[in-house]
Amino acid sequence: MAEWIRACATDDIEDEDVIRFDHAGQTFALYRKDDQFYATAGLCTHEKVHLADGLVMDYVIECPKHNGRFDYRTGAAKGAPVCINLKTYPVKIDGGDLYIEIG
Amino acid sequence: MNEHVSNPSVHFPRDYSLTGPLNQQAVEIGLANAEWYKTEIPRARMKELMKRSDGPATRDTLLWFGLMILTAAIGSYLWPSLWCAPFFAVYGVLYGSASDSRWHECGHGTAFKTPWKNDAVYQIACFMIARNPVVWRWSHSRHHTDTIIVGRDPEIAAMRPPDIFRLALNLFGLIDFPVALMAMLRYSAGLLNKDEKDYIPESEQSKVFKVARIWTVIYAFAVAACFYWGTVLPLMIIGLPRLYGAWHHIVCGVTQHVGLAEDVLDHRLNCRTVYMNPFSRFIYWNMNYHVEHHMFPMVPYHALPELHKEMLADCPKPYSSFADAYSEILPTMIKQLRDPTYFVHRELPPTAHPFKPAPVPAH
Repeated sequence: MAEWIRACATDDIEDEDVIRFDHAGQTFALYRKDDQFYATAGLCTHEKVHLADGLVMDYVIECPKHNGRFDYRTGAAKGAPVCINLKTYPVKIDGGDLYIEIG
Repeated sequence: MNEHVSNPSVHFPRDYSLTGPLNQQAVEIGLANAEWYKTEIPRARMKELMKRSDGPATRDTLLWFGLMILTAAIGSYLWPSLWCAPFFAVYGVLYGSASDSRWHECGHGTAFKTPWKNDAVYQIACFMIARNPVVWRWSHSRHHTDTIIVGRDPEIAAMRPPDIFRLALNLFGLIDFPVALMAMLRYSAGLLNKDEKDYIPESEQSKVFKVARIWTVIYAFAVAACFYWGTVLPLMIIGLPRLYGAWHHIVCGVTQHVGLAEDVLDHRLNCRTVYMNPFSRFIYWNMNYHVEHHMFPMVPYHALPELHKEMLADCPKPYSSFADAYSEILPTMIKQLRDPTYFVHRELPPTAHPFKPAPVPAH
């Protein structure tokens, strides 16, 4: 059963940046770019490093450990050393808060 | 002062292969793919330091290629007189040593902001240093995950007891280059060894073979050109500089980890930061800031001096020069010939956070 979870205030994320959000034993990465918001799984699919410590460049998140890159809008892995796509989650904004839908 | 210690609880000889029992042991006790110590740096400052730019790497790459073309052209013009020697000496270092750092930085994808520029320089540098771009991307990825973890890290330059003779021969590529050429032929035949299969995903393996076959054709053309024109000059331009110009990358590379601790989870214990002259820093692309690079590999080479300043209070004292580093490394390697448990334990300044403890196997 999918449910919407409040993750943070929209102002908690700077433009072209990422923060970490943990909920119910899961970890997520939340992104902001030009006032659009996105959510993905929080750990790199290569070696389970927190992506929130990485670098956001346009619509790409770079893993801080091995520099693997993903398009955080689609979760697409953009080449070695990441070969497995990142899971993405729907988001919505309500009253200045960011919600993600966790299935 | 760094402390020189022996650890008699570690039994030698150790099996450094990636398919031996120490791989499994590292996984079981939590040394593999572990969380490493990181110096606390505010996120805003880290974002500044991680920021990518094409400027410095484009300037350095134009200078690098420009100097190679110039020295190779003059060297070839003066060939075979002795006057060509200084030009080929410079060309050799640019080809056989600067390619090591370009392979490294572009492999991380941090040198340039534009991905295709990283990829293009990466492919060229890999050919020059004779490292298959697919094999070494995965090997280096493992090196960063499990830095100097025995049984896990495929890039340990000096296993204990150190093979000093091998290191000396590699100053002129006399082991590494023939081994690389044999590997190229093996990959061309579609074969990977057990260690390579351990760290290269199956989906990537066909790319190894494709690149190796292209390289084999290039080397075959260079050799054929030598026979056709009756001169070794074509191989002085392609291939042989990996021998006569390799010394600088070995001299720099040995300072990175040799003689320091194995099986730890804190890069301040197993990496060295060494101050170097501007020439070496250009050739080595600032990898002398090696603690900094390992702790924060997403910081581009041109920002490492700034990162170094941020981390200084939390790190052991940097080595002041090559001489300072080698005055520790050489005696340590010699001592390790008799006592492989011997290593250098770095000392932290009072301002630093304590070392992160690493798990040890129960005996």
